[in-house]
Amino acid sequence: MQDNHDNEAGGRRQFLKCMAWAGAGTLWLMKGGVLHAHALGEGAKAAATDASFSFAQISDSHIGFHKEPNMDVVGTLRASVALVNAQAARPDFLLHTGDLTHLSKPEEFDTLAGVMQESHTRKVFYVPGEHDVIGDNGAEFFRRFGERQQAGGWYSFDHRGVHFVGLINVLNLKAGGLGSLGAEQLAWLKKDLAGLSAETPLVVFAHMPLWPLYPSWGWGTDDSAEAMSYLRRFGSVSVLNGHIHQIQQKVEGNITFYTARSTAYPQPAPGVGPGPGPMKEIAPGALHRYLGIRDVRHVQGKQVLAVTEEVLS
Amino acid sequence: MKSMAYGVARSHATRRRSCALLLSGALCLAMGASPPAGAANTAAPKAQAQQIEIRNFAFAPKSLTVRAGTRVVWTNRDEEPHVITSAGSLFASSKGLDTSDSYAVTFSKPGTYAYYCSIHPMMVGTIIVQ
Repeated sequence: MQDNHDNEAGGRRQFLKCMAWAGAGTLWLMKGGVLHAHALGEGAKAAATDASFSFAQISDSHIGFHKEPNMDVVGTLRASVALVNAQAARPDFLLHTGDLTHLSKPEEFDTLAGVMQESHTRKVFYVPGEHDVIGDNGAEFFRRFGERQQAGGWYSFDHRGVHFVGLINVLNLKAGGLGSLGAEQLAWLKKDLAGLSAETPLVVFAHMPLWPLYPSWGWGTDDSAEAMSYLRRFGSVSVLNGHIHQIQQKVEGNITFYTARSTAYPQPAPGVGPGPGPMKEIAPGALHRYLGIRDVRHVQGKQVLAVTEEVLS
Repeated sequence: MKSMAYGVARSHATRRRSCALLLSGALCLAMGASPPAGAANTAAPKAQAQQIEIRNFAFAPKSLTVRAGTRVVWTNRDEEPHVITSAGSLFASSKGLDTSDSYAVTFSKPGTYAYYCSIHPMMVGTIIVQ
C-alpha cells in the first residue's frame, strides 16, 4: 500500500483528495453491494430511494474541547444527531468513528452518551480514538461503548448481507510510530474474514486512517498494509476512518478509503501549517457556514462513488 | 586528597551550621545530599528546572542534556492534549496534559531516557542525564 500512495499512473489507482471543513456526518447508502456516501441533508432523500439500506457515520466529537473555533462542541454534535434524525429514510444504525471525547474524562463520556440518546436510530456502533483511551488504555470507553466480542475490543457483525468490522488502532502505540492494529488483532481479522465469499461486501471502520495518508503528522497505521492484504480478494470494500477532521478519499483496486469530517472542528489539509491542530482562524459565528459544501466524485471503471457535502445549518 | 576531603567536609559543616538556622532538619539533609563542593562554588544555589515546550506536535528541545538530579518540566502549548510516556517505562507517564498543563520528572540517575506522546507517537524526545 505504501508503494501506491503517490502512484498516479494508470486509471486504477488514482489518488484523489478533497479537503473539507468540519461537518455534520455522512449518510451511507448500500446499493447492490456498493457503498455510496451522501452528506446528511436534503440531497440524500432522492438518492436513498433505491438503496437497500443506509447507515450514518459521525466522528471526532471531542466533547470537552472548548476553544476556538468551536466553543460549543456539544451543540454541533447535537445538530449532527438531529440531521440524522431528520432523514426521510431512517438509517439502520449510526457509526461513531472515535474521539468521542477530548480527554477521556468520565463526564465527557457522560455528555456524549446523553446526546447520542437523542438519536432515533436503534443502535450506535463505536470505535475509540486516541483521545478516548488516555490514562486507562480505553477501560472506561470499552466499559461504556464496547461490543464485548473480543478482549481487545475489536468486533464484527453482519447486516443485510454486508459484513462490518470495527477495528482498534489507537492502543499500544510505539514511540516514533503511527496507529497500530497489532499481531493479535490482525490474526483475528484474518480468521474473521476467512469464511466469507469474495462477493460479500465489506465495511471496515477504525479511528485512524488505515492507509498512509500523511505519516509525518501521524495520519496512518503502521500495520495497515497487512490488514489490507486480507481485504484485497473481496469485490467491494469500504474503509471508513475519522481522526483527521476532513474528507480524504482514496481508491485502490476494490478498496475505497474514506475519512470523515469532525462534528467539532476542522483540521488543516496534510502538510498545511506547522501541525495538525484545530484550525482557529474561522470568524466567530461562521463555523456552521464553513461546514462547507463539497462534492467529491471519483469514477473508477464502471463504479461511481459520490460524496456530497452540504452545510450543517 | 586529604585537603580536598577536608574541603568537602568543611563545606558540609558550613552548610550544616547555616541549615541549623533554617526551619527543618529534613531540608538541611536534602541540601547536604546535593552537589559536591565544586558545584557549590559555581553558585547556582538550587538546581534549575529545565523546560521543554510542547508545540505543534513536537518537543522543544527534542533532545535535552541535564545533570543528574535535574527536574525536567514539560508544558503543553498545543490545543491538543499530549501524554508524556517513557519508552521502556523508565519513569512514570503523565496524565493527559491539556493546554497549558505541565508535568515534571526529576531525573536522579544518569542515562538516556527516550520518551514519546502515547497518543501521538510520532512525537519523540530524549533526555540525556549525565
